Amino acid sequence: MTVPEEAPPIALSLSGITKRFGALTANEAVDLDLRRGEIVALLGENGAGKTTLMNILFGHYVADEGEVRVAGPDGTLVPLEPGSPHAALEAGIGMVHQHFTLAENLTAFENIVLGTAPLLSARLASRAAREKLQELMRRSGLVVDLDARISRLSVGEKQRVEILKALYRDARVLVLDEPTAVLTPLESETLFETLKALAAQGLAIVFISHKLAEVLAASDRIAVLRLGRKVADLPAADCDRQKLAELMVGHEVTMSRREPQAAGEVLLALSAVTCGEGRDTVSDIGFALRAGEILGIAGVSGNGQAMLARLLSGLERQTSGDIRLAGREIRAHDAADMIRAGVARIPEDRHRDGVVGAMSVAENLVIEEIRSSRYQRFGFLDFRAIADRAVEAIASYDIRCPGGSAVARLLSGGNIQKIVLARTLDASPSVVLAAQPSRGLDIGATGDVHRRLLEARGRGAGVILISEDLDELFALSDRIAVIHRGRLSPPRPAEELDRAAVGLMMAGQHTEDAAA
Amino acid sequence: MSDILDILLAANFWAAALRIATPLIFGVLGALICERAGVLNLGIEGIFTAGAMAGWMAAWLGAGLWGGVLVAALAGAAFGLLHAILTVPLGLSQHVSGIGVTLFATSLSYYTYRTALPDVSSPPRIEAFQPLDIPILSDLPFLGPALFQQTALTFLALALVVAVGFVLYRTPLGLAIRAVGDNPSAVEAQGLSVMALRMGTVVAGSALMALGGAFLTMSAFDAFFFGMVNGRGWICIALTVFASWRPGKALIGALLFGAFDAFQVRLQTEVGAFVPGQIFLMLPYILSIAALVVVARKADYPRALLKPYFKGQR
Repeated sequence: MTVPEEAPPIALSLSGITKRFGALTANEAVDLDLRRGEIVALLGENGAGKTTLMNILFGHYVADEGEVRVAGPDGTLVPLEPGSPHAALEAGIGMVHQHFTLAENLTAFENIVLGTAPLLSARLASRAAREKLQELMRRSGLVVDLDARISRLSVGEKQRVEILKALYRDARVLVLDEPTAVLTPLESETLFETLKALAAQGLAIVFISHKLAEVLAASDRIAVLRLGRKVADLPAADCDRQKLAELMVGHEVTMSRREPQAAGEVLLALSAVTCGEGRDTVSDIGFALRAGEILGIAGVSGNGQAMLARLLSGLERQTSGDIRLAGREIRAHDAADMIRAGVARIPEDRHRDGVVGAMSVAENLVIEEIRSSRYQRFGFLDFRAIADRAVEAIASYDIRCPGGSAVARLLSGGNIQKIVLARTLDASPSVVLAAQPSRGLDIGATGDVHRRLLEARGRGAGVILISEDLDELFALSDRIAVIHRGRLSPPRPAEELDRAAVGLMMAGQHTEDAAA
Repeated sequence: MSDILDILLAANFWAAALRIATPLIFGVLGALICERAGVLNLGIEGIFTAGAMAGWMAAWLGAGLWGGVLVAALAGAAFGLLHAILTVPLGLSQHVSGIGVTLFATSLSYYTYRTALPDVSSPPRIEAFQPLDIPILSDLPFLGPALFQQTALTFLALALVVAVGFVLYRTPLGLAIRAVGDNPSAVEAQGLSVMALRMGTVVAGSALMALGGAFLTMSAFDAFFFGMVNGRGWICIALTVFASWRPGKALIGALLFGAFDAFQVRLQTEVGAFVPGQIFLMLPYILSIAALVVVARKADYPRALLKPYFKGQR
């Protein structure tokens, strides 16, 4: 990369950072320089070490090797004391964590000034602090109600509070960990506009992401991490999606393709099913799922798809209508019955409903089959069989973890999803219920999920794919139905629909004539 | 019916209510700040006992009444430090550690008392705090005897309600304490030490609890008896929830309990001939459970209460 003569001064320099967790090397000899006024994207798959690197920078972790240096107010680079968030803040580094670090019982103002005045001073520095914040809000365009309790703010507003926290402390370097993971597309756009304005005022910004489109659109320079190593550091102008995807994953990326296939007999049929009241309801919905097809259910989150998923998972019972599985009506069903009947459930909130966080990877892999003779000996758990199963699943699904006895909670979202896939799909289910299966996953993990769902289809399973992502729906689904306010449009072959039509239906526009 | 009215309208009823409430005010303020920082302190019952014993013994040995109060606070702080070490840096179960501290502090207090006074049949007495005579206020009709003929410790307790409220809501320290009980990572991300904040708060809260014990031996009575704390610490834990972790409401809760207690004593003399006395003894506890059921169902617990925090953990 060529640096122009008049390149602005370096604000932050990481050199030779190495960090190991037990047998896992999260970062290996990573160098990264950041200049004033520059937006750098740190791109990588889940588990590539992006967050670890930034946590070292902010003093949450101490690097095993390497050094962080920060420019002081006069521009000279000074080594940063490792392992101290306090030192990082003092040195002008502000961090916006992916999981917000805000006290929900305090107001936005209180969260921002927390820790900025000496603890034993008699009063909160209110007047001056407020004036400074008003000025910051005016300059940055980050407007929040300072006196609102955090618990009442939306996700986007909370993020603005987090950025204001950093700016209030006169941050010269701003680090954002997956800032768009929780934002709507519109909120993300606004955020990046703000970041560009802040960079223009001289702030150095690093943001972590695995989304190619936003990285290309919002950054000046892109550093790619793979398996803990920095594999590329390029001006954004020299990159395109294909190139970045390959750098991230380390090999050529091919999108999974759906081969035409004739659908078989009806596996699951719903007719006039109604359930729930209030916002998340389904009312009078019906469809038939056939063997060897993927039925996409499109819809904006909160239109009843969560209820539909709970119904088909056996967690909720319909108030009227009937559900037939392989021709048999299911009445008093619960989750265990649905598993026994061959319904594989890939839940929307994989951290909460997909795994038991405190249990090991191995235990999570067998948890739905714990009563089968395969994992029992004389009525006791057969730990050797369970461990063998874990070794096999970890290898065949490429679950990145220290081993079968690792605690599930500590794995990344993509790897947790692989546990869920291994557990549910290896049992050769006849029906697969996949709720938002790739939400929050990187390209590599998303590709894995798609491939596995297509494999299940190829094997003759019927797959219900609930998603908000039109790319995903059109790439995988044989037929697509749209759910809006609890009502489901009749499924239609994906070839007969176009994206604009489905988008309109998701927004509640009249369905019949919108179809192309 | 008119009997009940007579009880409620007597100045000495309200004086008794305030007197009974005093140790609870100290205790609930102490419990409240610990919990605001995210640490449940079930050591309270034992810390009450330790404060009662240590304060009384210091005064008996000639340290003076205020010397005794100071010693009581230090004793409470010491047991608070033990609880803080076990629960904050070591992250052990706050329930188990708290009950352990209660058992340890209680038995150590009894042991010390017995060792110092091996063969006394009746407990030695000290010259306890006397009701203050405040010019003008104490002489007001009704209000004077009802509210202003209390000992210095009662007025200290009332002043502490204001002081704790001020610190919690008006100072950077209080802000940090409230934050660390809700989301410790918010505190760490702002460069403060979660450990120092939590430990300091637990030590200070425990010192407050011990003052409640000291009130028993140095103001309410003038001697130390075994079993004299008699569940007051546990009542404070319940009152903390009742008070929604707010000092002002804590005062109201303590006064309410004091009023129930004073009321049952007086009711006993009215109808004690027909109803067994134990029923009346249960009354304040039954009423506090009932009050708790009504209030605590909506309680907004500090979100990080009972959750140990380890730096850098996901």
